[in-house]
Amino acid sequence: MSGQAKDLRGKAAIVGMATAGIGEAHGFSAMELLGQAAIAAVRDAGLELPDVDGVFAATSSHAFPTMSVVEYLGLRPRFFDSTNVGGSSFEMHLLQATMALDAGLCDVALVCYGSNQRTAGGKLVSMSEPQWHETPYKPRHPITAYGLAASRHMAEYGTTREDLAEVALAARGWANLNPEAFARGPLTKEEVLGARMISDPLTKSDCCLVTDGAAAVVLTRADRAKDHHEAPVYVMGVGAANYHRSIVEMPDLTTTAAVDSGNRAFEMAGARREDMDVVMLYDAFTINTLLFLEDLGFCPKGEGGRFVQDGRIAPGGELAVNTNGGGLSCVHPGMYGLFLIAEAVTQLRGAGGERQIADATMALCHGNGGTLSSQCTAILSTEAAL
Amino acid sequence: MTDTAPDRAGPEATYAAFLEEGRFMIQKAKSTGEYVFYPRVVTPSGATDLEWVEAKGTGTLYAITVNRSRQGAWNVALVDLDEGVRMMSTLPGVETAEIGAKLRARIETGEDGPRVVFDLAEGGAA
Repeated sequence: MSGQAKDLRGKAAIVGMATAGIGEAHGFSAMELLGQAAIAAVRDAGLELPDVDGVFAATSSHAFPTMSVVEYLGLRPRFFDSTNVGGSSFEMHLLQATMALDAGLCDVALVCYGSNQRTAGGKLVSMSEPQWHETPYKPRHPITAYGLAASRHMAEYGTTREDLAEVALAARGWANLNPEAFARGPLTKEEVLGARMISDPLTKSDCCLVTDGAAAVVLTRADRAKDHHEAPVYVMGVGAANYHRSIVEMPDLTTTAAVDSGNRAFEMAGARREDMDVVMLYDAFTINTLLFLEDLGFCPKGEGGRFVQDGRIAPGGELAVNTNGGGLSCVHPGMYGLFLIAEAVTQLRGAGGERQIADATMALCHGNGGTLSSQCTAILSTEAAL
Repeated sequence: MTDTAPDRAGPEATYAAFLEEGRFMIQKAKSTGEYVFYPRVVTPSGATDLEWVEAKGTGTLYAITVNRSRQGAWNVALVDLDEGVRMMSTLPGVETAEIGAKLRARIETGEDGPRVVFDLAEGGAA
């Protein structure tokens, strides 16, 4: 074997980042929003569009995302990758971009996403095809799958709807510190518990938002990162794991492949759980946050519900989780994975305003795709932890 | 009971054809004894010498949710068959049920064709 995963540690850095159209972007198409974010991210890196020679994209509305992005922005990349593993695609793109940069296959990598699903129809846009063995039972994915997982977690570990509500309340607490967040304002436990049941035990309050939004990041090799941004955010480790597509095939509904993706990411980064100043978990549903806190090793299996009590993951709590307000209260335009990275970059640049975590040097971004299927974990850091 | 008739088509179509005949059949590997569901061309361990066998029709409720919409409510369940494989199904006779409950399969034919559904087994409370 010529190389090892840890050889990629710190080899690439995010030197440009931007978002666009978070919330409602009336009158804009998905590609127009993506384009705005991409242009702003490239300029944030002190570059111009023609400098981009690596393109990484997945969307909910393009069969060939990189082709569409390349054409729309007038790019001429020599490396491109449209890996689509749902919401976790963008954590995987960080790994692909790091490899491509390290191998000299490109010098400036653009990772981008955009969606107008809220103003275009108000429903989750998905190109996900039905699974033939599930169809006769009329599941309404993704929520049916997550409802099933929550039901099992409750039966096995005594997790309660009140525990899930803590996750929604913490997310809202963070959103209230983020002027960009879509869902702001007071939220009580009673409101969460009294929300309309959609797929037992998950109510509307347990579900992520349906918003518009675009995000983009630009990466270069670490050795030239300082030429582009005064505060590069280094890719320290990325791990992936995937064992199923359909929720039926998930071996244990209470344990996701994040156990493996997380271990791989921590090993590559040479980091420990306690080194993480900011933890960004893909919270499409409240149960996700509990599962990923457990599977990534922040608390023992089954203890997620008890771990989040008393505001432990809310502003001022012991562990800063989903500091932008998450998919639950900030932004969730179909695929959320790149927004995890955008918030981590914001925090590691010290640009988080009212929600800034003091001296944040390391952040974990955990992407989830499908029905708890693809799991990709990325660990990012400032120069201080390099 | 082993069905020795050659497959008429791929595993997906063969499963559906058996259901049309009123039979709930699943696959088993001759070499390893493993069962696999949903029907496919290989088992998790890699065995490909699959034959169709009648499912026992008994199982345990692994997980359940109730989808609620303006069109009404229906449960979606994951059922662990006693053969050791899991399937998505529904319990049409109840709103929901306790995880761990013992279940018995039957074939129900609705407007979309036949499907395997489950009822609570006699004395089968979790």
